[in-house]
Amino acid sequence: MSATVIAESGATKTLQVDTHAINFGPQHPAAHGVLRLILEMDGEVVERADPHIGLLHRGTEKLIEYKSYIQAVPYFDRLDYVSPMAQEHAFVLAIEKLLSIEAPERAKWIRTLFSEITRVLNHLLNVTTYALDVGAITPSLWGFEEREKLMAFYEAASGARMHSNYFRPGGVAKDLPAGLEAQIGEWAETFPAFVDDLETLLTGNRIWKQRTVDIGIFSAEQALAWGFTGPCLRASGVPWDLRRAQPYEMYNHVKFDVAIGRNGDCYDRYLMRIAEMRESVKIIKQCLAAMKPGPVKVLDRKFSPPSRSEMKRSMEALIHHFKLYTEGFHVPAGATYTAVESPKGEFGVYLVADGTNRPYRCKIRATGFAHLQAIEAMAKRHMLADAVAIIGSLDIVFGEIDR
Amino acid sequence: MADEQEVAAVAAEPPPPPTLAEQLAALPGVHRAATEKGELVIWADAAVILELSLTLRDDPRFAFEQVMDICGVDWPERKLRFDVVYNLLSVSRNARLRVIVQTDDVIPVASVHTVWPVATWWEREAWDLFGIVFSGQPDLRRILTDYGFEGHPLRKDFPLTGYVEVRYDEDRKQVVYEPVKLTQDFRNFDFLSPWEAITSLPGDEKALAARAEAKP
Repeated sequence: MSATVIAESGATKTLQVDTHAINFGPQHPAAHGVLRLILEMDGEVVERADPHIGLLHRGTEKLIEYKSYIQAVPYFDRLDYVSPMAQEHAFVLAIEKLLSIEAPERAKWIRTLFSEITRVLNHLLNVTTYALDVGAITPSLWGFEEREKLMAFYEAASGARMHSNYFRPGGVAKDLPAGLEAQIGEWAETFPAFVDDLETLLTGNRIWKQRTVDIGIFSAEQALAWGFTGPCLRASGVPWDLRRAQPYEMYNHVKFDVAIGRNGDCYDRYLMRIAEMRESVKIIKQCLAAMKPGPVKVLDRKFSPPSRSEMKRSMEALIHHFKLYTEGFHVPAGATYTAVESPKGEFGVYLVADGTNRPYRCKIRATGFAHLQAIEAMAKRHMLADAVAIIGSLDIVFGEIDR
Repeated sequence: MADEQEVAAVAAEPPPPPTLAEQLAALPGVHRAATEKGELVIWADAAVILELSLTLRDDPRFAFEQVMDICGVDWPERKLRFDVVYNLLSVSRNARLRVIVQTDDVIPVASVHTVWPVATWWEREAWDLFGIVFSGQPDLRRILTDYGFEGHPLRKDFPLTGYVEVRYDEDRKQVVYEPVKLTQDFRNFDFLSPWEAITSLPGDEKALAARAEAKP
């Protein structure tokens, strides 16, 4: 920090500091949402970064306490709106754990499949908008076209392109429509070529590398201390992936590699995501090969609704349907912290049940919350433009951070 | 002779090494360790949380390098109404641990941001939403709620609709804050059905006893 001594008398020294504060956001295209970042600058150099968050705070955790368990699921789509199903997944697994129920096999395969589709969906958005932030416009145009195809799969399965509300306690809302598996299979054949194309734009690109290599370096120790997870942690060289370390759903039945970075800079975080997209395609193919016809939700009518046709014929089915969608089910008292490897990292739900039909407390462990906090440590003594690259590389989405 | 040797061998066998739960329960300030739903949980004294965190991070038996989450839970009927819940993760041992301490709205809990720097924002959040005070935390500002917000919204006695609402006033050309006006009363359905709570009908004790006998 440039400071000049303007007066000195005994033990007292008066310094004049030449810094100025700028407001980065709340409405800034490179802030990935509503981030108000107060940057104290020494010329072009960032001295201090103070993120002000909460501009998208909607009180999700409070609202969930007033909803039944099934009604609470759609709130999870609206957290990180780039990877909706991954978050439903954590909540649904937490409920299933407290209820001691298990989804049937086909439902588990479908969930694994869509978790990976979600991962690709998320990484496509992140990598391409990150490139947009540092000045490359083409990747985002290409990436969004590919995202459209994936969102069409979302729509075919759940009826909605983004806020799918598809994973349910005890399975998934409904079975995949006929032909969707074949379509996903076709897409999985063509997608690796798209990733190759995307890489020709960025991986070896001189400008891209100048903007990202050796920017925002975080060592493994720093990354652990600052609560990093997912690609950001792996970029720093820590081999940690919940899908491998604490496998949930069908991840112990599929083969995939976990990419590990070495330098922990913005470029490595980008490479992690590219590598993960390729691995996701492998997992998607294995899921499609292993899926067999069968039930997609538990058959216990206390937790999953009867089919429409059954409801028209059976009085009991009608009562079950009515009770499930008004009162919901009661979850025995207990608590669990259940986490999944969401595309951004560890997404956890700390769910406390008190035996009623509503969660007593549902704490959402947002991945980006921990990542964003490290901006101060990461961007210090970097140029202003590097702060933009750092934000892009951390994969920040405000729906999730502000909750 | 052979029998004696056998006895001696049995006596010399060391006791089984203590399980992780036992080792944790033996730490100073820990009341109880248990496994709930397959997850390891310890309940500790709020006064020792800083020393406990250091031990849990640095002792190679535990090696919890990361704090994944710190959050509050409100139990208003309790004397110490808040639980502060620390969810820890060890990437080297692939283990998780939940540490729960109790406090109320005035007794401060020592901040663990010196152990895990990421704790700062989780603690700010717990302060903002519950009003849990963390001592030694230099940056205890509100984090999620609006500038100038009053109250702690995740407390159970804070209404879901809040106290203040915000709108843009066209005449004054500015955003104005007003007390919440509900066009209809807040509806909170009581789903605690009395039918499920009654497990025995009055006068039906005989049948119940018969059923209980038949069960085992």
